[in-house]
Amino acid sequence: MFGKGIIEYWVPAVSSYAHDIDFIFDTVFWIVIAFWFVVVEALFLWLIVRYRKKDGVKAQYITGEQKHEKRFITWPHYLIMVCDVVIVAIAINVWYKVKQDAPPADETVRIVGQQWAWSFVHPGPDGKLDTADDIRTVDELHLVVNRTYLYKLEARDVLHSLSIPVFRLKQDAIPGRIVTGWFKPIKTGTYDIQCAEICGFGHGLMPARVIIETPEQHTAWLSAHSASAAGE
Amino acid sequence: MVVQHAEHHEEHAHHPQESWFRHYFLSTDHKIICFQYMFTGMAMGLVGAFFAYVFRMQMAFPGVHVPGWGLVTPADYNMLITNHGAIMIFWVAMPVLIAAFGNYLIPLMIGADDMVFPRINRLSYQIFLLSALVLIVSFFVPGGGFAGAWTMYPPLSAKAQYSLTGDGSTVFVFAVALEFVAFLLGGINFVTTAMNSRAPGMKIYDIPIVVWMIVIASLLFMASVGPLIAGAIMLLFDQRLGTAFFDPNRGGDPILWQHLFWFFGHPEVYVVLLPAVGIVAEIITVFSRKKLFAYKTVLSTAIATGVLSFTVWAHHQFVAGIDPRMANIFTVTTLIISIPIAEMMFVYIATLYGGSITLTTPMLWALGFIGSFLIGGVTGIFLGSSGADIYLHDTYFVLAHFHYTFFPIAIIGTYAGLTFWFPKMFGKMMNDTLGKWHFWLTFIPFNCIFIPLFFTGMLGDHRRIFDYSNFSELSTPMLQHLRAFATVSLLVMLTAQTLFVYNFVTSLLWGKKAEKNPWKANTLEWTANSPPPHGNWATLPTVYRGPYEYSVPDRAEDYWPQNAPS
Amino acid sequence: MSAASRPIATTRSSAGMPTGRLAVWWVIASEIVIFGGLLGSYIMFRLSHDAFAQQAAHTNVWIGTVNTLVLLTSSLAAVLGHKAAEAGDGPKAARQLYLTALGGLTFASIKFLYEWPTEIHEGFTISSSTFWSFYYTAAGIHAAHVIAGVVIMLFIAPVAKKGLELQRVELIGLYWHFVDVVWIFLFPLLYIAK
Repeated sequence: MFGKGIIEYWVPAVSSYAHDIDFIFDTVFWIVIAFWFVVVEALFLWLIVRYRKKDGVKAQYITGEQKHEKRFITWPHYLIMVCDVVIVAIAINVWYKVKQDAPPADETVRIVGQQWAWSFVHPGPDGKLDTADDIRTVDELHLVVNRTYLYKLEARDVLHSLSIPVFRLKQDAIPGRIVTGWFKPIKTGTYDIQCAEICGFGHGLMPARVIIETPEQHTAWLSAHSASAAGE
Repeated sequence: MVVQHAEHHEEHAHHPQESWFRHYFLSTDHKIICFQYMFTGMAMGLVGAFFAYVFRMQMAFPGVHVPGWGLVTPADYNMLITNHGAIMIFWVAMPVLIAAFGNYLIPLMIGADDMVFPRINRLSYQIFLLSALVLIVSFFVPGGGFAGAWTMYPPLSAKAQYSLTGDGSTVFVFAVALEFVAFLLGGINFVTTAMNSRAPGMKIYDIPIVVWMIVIASLLFMASVGPLIAGAIMLLFDQRLGTAFFDPNRGGDPILWQHLFWFFGHPEVYVVLLPAVGIVAEIITVFSRKKLFAYKTVLSTAIATGVLSFTVWAHHQFVAGIDPRMANIFTVTTLIISIPIAEMMFVYIATLYGGSITLTTPMLWALGFIGSFLIGGVTGIFLGSSGADIYLHDTYFVLAHFHYTFFPIAIIGTYAGLTFWFPKMFGKMMNDTLGKWHFWLTFIPFNCIFIPLFFTGMLGDHRRIFDYSNFSELSTPMLQHLRAFATVSLLVMLTAQTLFVYNFVTSLLWGKKAEKNPWKANTLEWTANSPPPHGNWATLPTVYRGPYEYSVPDRAEDYWPQNAPS
Repeated sequence: MSAASRPIATTRSSAGMPTGRLAVWWVIASEIVIFGGLLGSYIMFRLSHDAFAQQAAHTNVWIGTVNTLVLLTSSLAAVLGHKAAEAGDGPKAARQLYLTALGGLTFASIKFLYEWPTEIHEGFTISSSTFWSFYYTAAGIHAAHVIAGVVIMLFIAPVAKKGLELQRVELIGLYWHFVDVVWIFLFPLLYIAK
């Protein structure tokens, strides 16, 4: 929104839609915390102080049913509705972008969660998934910066959930289904992948890493892997 | 249509032949049943709090031997958080807020001598106690207690090969199912008594708000729990009889469970919220000497919240693999429900305007509820906004949000009610100075526990992870300091509870004798003796006005009891 | 609890309805939600799995029909019992309740002693397929409610015969009609929709 988002101060924004998700977060923050919470809490505390019991001063008899009394409730009520509409509009917009409107993908990767590890299937040098030269890894997802990926997410046994905080991405993996989604990394680097759905005792023991490389680095990785595969 | 009674109900002293056992364990008196629920709930609260102590120690000092437990293994950790959540919701919040306060207050506040079906009332407690014992048993079966989160998602909860707690999983589901049955039974009494047994003259809008809230909560519970009871049976059958309701390998659907669970799970949070909010209403009117602002609005927002609560459930499942289009609908409904709740809060705050406020201990708790529930409420907006929830789901942000709602509800609400009605319940006054120390030493640490957790969640701490050292981005000093700070605050807060126990016991034994109406309140329970005898009054009261006629102009006293003819 | 030690609360009627009736409606409402959840899940499964229809073909619509008639007849007896109770005729009300209970027992016997053993013998067990899982679960929970109703009737009838607590005849009748209605939903879902 105004430069760096709140989350981005601490967590890098590494996917093309990270800024969108940060935007809805920030919008909610400014409307609901910076304005509503501060105002209401301050008013609340002020009322407690202002109307402390004083000798000789009786409390007022206010039913709250009169129109001139009720307006103090109805006006904020309408303002909240307006704020809600704004928030909903932006939230749906962001959601649509991330979860419904996948752009055409340059490549597809398969991501598999199981008790207790993540494994990944990358298209090999031929660029196509489910061919003989696919590269399988455990714990490491190799991507090329600025390439758009379609992911096919699977679970072998129980529910798991793919979470890549720097992408702001999360998606549950369901056994018996293939869930698809997309992402586009926009910065190179190595970052955490977590499981975000309790999947048994080893739920905290299946970290993985996403390694975002330049095209040259990636090509090098591809040849190294194909070579070792060929050598087997 | 009100049935008048010409016969007098004879005042019962405690039945002289009744043994101590019969009196305390087999009683059908709603007040005794209240205490049974209260003390069982609080005992379970100790268990839940102990579990929190253990797993927070693990969070602050990973891999270090925890005094009173030992090393916290990943299996231990999952079992502890699972049962902490289940215990606090099902065996603490519900029995204390609904069953205990409901049992105590409803007959007394509507001018009745007991609940309508005293033996069903007793049965409901016995089944509840059984459910608590079954849960405790689950910790000791082979494989240990269930460890798949209080939400029990299959296939993890359905198959022993995945959960590694085959027996524990079954006993856990069984305990939850029993608890549901207990509360369905209890609900019979709450609703029929409040609807049918009101004192002559008590019209619909003369009913104290807390009674309304407990009735609405009971209705909400009853209307929402059915599908989950069906689901629990299906889960039990999957676990034990080889059915495949939730097994995707054999034509089942794990997401069906999630829908059945959350269709109940979301109304459930309002089931516990409404009684707490009702307690707060009773207290702030008394200690600001003010009529409740817009009683009818409070009622309509409560009903609106209840009805709307059935339309929001899938906001717990935004990223669960539901049709993405559905997510948009649930964002809309979730934001809509924020409106009546906000309005309720505004009406409560408006009640303070023009008041004459005394900050007694109960009032501090009631105001503390409003002040902190506001945080819980507003942070819910982040999570209801589907786009933001993609990032925040399953992080400590969610956890901090729901503790900022549940803690005010279950803990602050309980202390508010207990300190307020203690004189009536036990005939003694509590020490107000000790009470205030207890309040501040609970309230401030509470905030110190959960504010940091909003940040750790925002920075990427996911839920239900026993040790973050596997994640380089989460192994920073800053995050570890925040986690440790939260834990230390918890230790302070837990220690402070000894103040309450001390105050409770010493007041019970040696406290100043309480008169009938120490707070100069209007509602009917304050016209009975402190404590009320069996049957509550020698002559049941008649009602002439609403419950909140405080500071009525041109009257000498600033309160006007409901049963005073003029 | 005898009338003498019953709380005054029980006898009041601010909502205009006798308390017992209010309570039974509450119980019925909670049961509707339970069965509703179960049947709703069944319908969702059915709509998304064609294999269901295949399995459903193996339920015996004739037994289902007989059992439906048994339940409906027993409900008639319950209605007659209620009428007798309203007229103050305790012995007649008790007789009708026993007939209702007999209907319930007949229903349960046909199911547990013939229908289910036959189906299990043919290989259709609760774990055969999701259809059969639902079938046994839903019909089983329903049958449990039938038996519970019978048991309660056997407590109410002897007391009613003495002309006491006649309002309970209506209340158990209400419950029984509900059990009937659930079956009216189950029957087409499990037997007819093939």
